[in-house]
Amino acid sequence: MEWVIFVPAATLAVAGGVALVAARQPVHSAIALLVVLVALAVMYLVLAAQFIAALQVIIYAGAIVVLFLFVIMLLQAGTPEGPVNKLPRQRVAALVFGALYLAILLSAALAAAGAFAPPPERFGTAQRVGEALFTTYLLPFELAGVILLVGVVAAVVLGRRTGAGEGER
Amino acid sequence: MVPSSAFLVLSAVLFTTGALGVLIRRNALIVFMSVELMLNSVNLAFVTFARQHLSIEGQVAVFFVLVVAAVEVVVGLALIVDIFKTRETTNIDDVDFLRG
Repeated sequence: MEWVIFVPAATLAVAGGVALVAARQPVHSAIALLVVLVALAVMYLVLAAQFIAALQVIIYAGAIVVLFLFVIMLLQAGTPEGPVNKLPRQRVAALVFGALYLAILLSAALAAAGAFAPPPERFGTAQRVGEALFTTYLLPFELAGVILLVGVVAAVVLGRRTGAGEGER
Repeated sequence: MVPSSAFLVLSAVLFTTGALGVLIRRNALIVFMSVELMLNSVNLAFVTFARQHLSIEGQVAVFFVLVVAAVEVVVGLALIVDIFKTRETTNIDDVDFLRG
């Protein structure tokens, strides 16, 4: 029964991933990224991870993709990549090694795969994840707050530096 | 019931797609979005293993990946904007001077 949800979502995710990499314009890549993120949120619901699915939509689709879109708008990066390619053989090498890497990754993933047992009640809810976060993983959780602060400070400093530099010139 | 191998295969395919995007594309923004795709495929593997072993730790790991990804995007995009202001380009092959 879950295949009815899995197959369309997986197709969307793979199609979105390919479209992301193949898109000419960054804005098309951003939309493809949005498609992948929503498809993966559906996967998380199938895998009994409701809280993570909600986080995925709120943080990734809501915040990160919007940030990407703002920067694309700011840079007007709609200009396609020029024909100049400093590393002409990189594309072929990337495809060859990518195929090899996929084979290794698939063998490792299939070796680790196992059967699904029915999940206990309320597995993957905000309550269960929150309990783990605020007891066993309290220290990493607090450190995550510090990392977020570092991100805020870094964004402010990087955003202001060029303005100051232009003033000096 | 969809087996865990199906989710893991999807995760592997998405990760490889993202890696190819990083290797092939030269637009800094698309390279960056490919990195996000790789992070997301790893998250899918984490959630699959959390479901398979019925341990919540996998989902906690996804939470931390989300936080780090958010910070990474903020800092990375600020850097890309900074580079664009000084170099007028988002092509990463044009940014090979190793100086300001």
